[in-house]
Amino acid sequence: MDNIAGTKSSLTWAVHLSLLVMVLVWIFPTAGLLVSSFRTGDQIATSGWWASLTASEQSATLRTAAPEEQQEIDGQFVLEGNLYEAGGESTISSWGTSSRDIGAYAPGDEAEINRGTATLTVEENGDYRVTSAEPLEGRRGERVFVTALTPPEFTLDNYDNVLFDENNREGMAKAFFNTLTVTIPATIIPILVAAFAAYALAWMDFPGRALLIAAVVGLLVVPLQLALIPLLKLHNEIGIGKGYLGAWLAHTGFGMPLAIYLLRNYMVGLPRDIIENAKVDGATDFQIFTKIILPLSFPALASFAIFQFLWTWNDLLVALVFLIDSSGETTVMTKQIVELLGTRGGNWEILATSAFVSIAVPLIVFFAMQKYLVRGLLAGSVK
Amino acid sequence: MHPALQGILTIVIGVSGCIGYFYFSNQLLDKVLFPNHGPNAGRNITRANMIRPWLFLFPALAALGLYLAYPVFETIRLSLTERVPGGGSEFVGLANYRQMMDEPKFWEAMKNNMLWLIVVPALSTLFGLLAAQLSDRVRWGNIAKSLIFMPMAISFVGAAVIFKLVYDGRPIGQEQIGVLNAIYLYFGGDTPQNWLTIPLWNNFFLMIVLVWIQTGFAMVILSAALRGIPEETIEAAIVDGANPFQVFFKIKVPQIMGTIVVVWTTITIVVLKVFDIVYAMTNGQWETQVLANYMYDKMFRANDWGVGSASAMVIMLLVTPILVWNVYNARKEMR
Repeated sequence: MDNIAGTKSSLTWAVHLSLLVMVLVWIFPTAGLLVSSFRTGDQIATSGWWASLTASEQSATLRTAAPEEQQEIDGQFVLEGNLYEAGGESTISSWGTSSRDIGAYAPGDEAEINRGTATLTVEENGDYRVTSAEPLEGRRGERVFVTALTPPEFTLDNYDNVLFDENNREGMAKAFFNTLTVTIPATIIPILVAAFAAYALAWMDFPGRALLIAAVVGLLVVPLQLALIPLLKLHNEIGIGKGYLGAWLAHTGFGMPLAIYLLRNYMVGLPRDIIENAKVDGATDFQIFTKIILPLSFPALASFAIFQFLWTWNDLLVALVFLIDSSGETTVMTKQIVELLGTRGGNWEILATSAFVSIAVPLIVFFAMQKYLVRGLLAGSVK
Repeated sequence: MHPALQGILTIVIGVSGCIGYFYFSNQLLDKVLFPNHGPNAGRNITRANMIRPWLFLFPALAALGLYLAYPVFETIRLSLTERVPGGGSEFVGLANYRQMMDEPKFWEAMKNNMLWLIVVPALSTLFGLLAAQLSDRVRWGNIAKSLIFMPMAISFVGAAVIFKLVYDGRPIGQEQIGVLNAIYLYFGGDTPQNWLTIPLWNNFFLMIVLVWIQTGFAMVILSAALRGIPEETIEAAIVDGANPFQVFFKIKVPQIMGTIVVVWTTITIVVLKVFDIVYAMTNGQWETQVLANYMYDKMFRANDWGVGSASAMVIMLLVTPILVWNVYNARKEMR
């Protein structure tokens, strides 16, 4: 379109390139979290996640087998094996026996250990051989510092630990179910309530209708911060206290303006003929609503459902105020992550995995139902 | 009872309660109160139709009134009272506001919020416009849009973790695992920085998180607006010899100005309510306090409902112009 009249733009390349850069910048942070969640704590702490995608020089501290496995061959005590227990594919470029000089030897070199009474050789693939004139002593094997070209290596241990380890008190399994418990009722109930109201505001004539619509538009932007103390007081007075019921009610109330606004805007656009024909045929408003309007409004219902789902799933403030009591039994994932940020600030393998567990579900919903989300955004931004 | 079971039960009760309410209240209206047969059938039908809208509206109005309208007034009242020991409260006039005004932390929060209000909507709209314009012109534009839009689905808390990793700093000599420090050192920085503890600048590092999230929103709305521009106007400009930049800035942007304002104000509201990001990343330390977090501090840490409500009223006051503007526009559109 912009290229007509022979001005095939020299900008085309610039456009492709700058869009590519922008996309990369936008997904880079998330990719970092995702990649980190598949690395061990040591790996995360010793190299940037971007380095983990290619084979990289990494230093590690490994141990030979314990002295009890030594064998006596020709009067000498020999200990043989591979430094990589699982038989990794690393290629050792240098190694050392002292933390002060971790690159002292090349693969195949011979090093003196135990004050000169024994020698140690390490090959490129991690095979080692300790030869000693005297019996080796001690409980643990010799420390070897290796610098090796290590291929990318990923693990699912973090997820196993965070999701399925029942002894892990900081695990996400419970918080995951709590979040789910908050989210589903808080998504479904407002839809129904709002749908009826939206129908009345769209297709029924009564005095004060315009005023009510204006009020809904106004309430759309009222910050929920205002509602915290008054409602908490109210919940305490009527005996709900802190808990799921309070959180469900709060989410229902806070989601209501957007729900009514979105659904009403959509229903107003439905063809008038259908509704009037139904009325002529003797259908009541209730029948028109359930048999005609509700099925036809499916796209708008889906849009709002996605909004409300994302909002309740990702919410922290409402959960903090209305849900989580001092026992912490009802903690949700967002709260759990904030706590981990405080107590496990340096343990990125736990943080990254926990965060990704909580992000994964909204991302799936997002990619699966993006069409409805976009439609809802377009209808929902006040024009 | 297990919470999951409780949840399912709530769904069942909630949904069947809603349907039951609507069904039976309509039945009651049509069959019992104003039967649509018998001597006064005509009058009864008219009356029933006058009442019916309110039946449909009642649950929603109750929720709106109780959870949004009532708290506004209750907060005004709370901001003018002080809790007295042993329960109850007494009217103290504007004392809470005066106390709040005397606190340096409040002014720090105000100052930072103003900074957020300028920077975040501006950058989000700008990047959104850029992404919309660029992606409309390439074949893989939809994939690009989808990826830039993706952060919308990520929680503020999740985003906080993501960006904490980006800003992570390790002592000098160690390999940097935060990309920002890695880049900084690569381009000749001398020592790794703790980005979130540098006053003033740390505000911008927090803002980047919200810009990252909101750009997708701006892009989606602006992209739709760009597509809605009549092609004749663009063709005419090109025929007259306008270059692509002129087409964009002089033809396209003026035509979507209304949408840009909508995007700007919508993001402004999000900014005013920003809480999770600051709470999770710095908790207002190192001079990064914002109003919403200040309010949370006052209400739930210091347990000072008076000052907390007063600061909530400040947020409400800042939102009010946009509220009035939206209502005004909505009414204009309906006429």
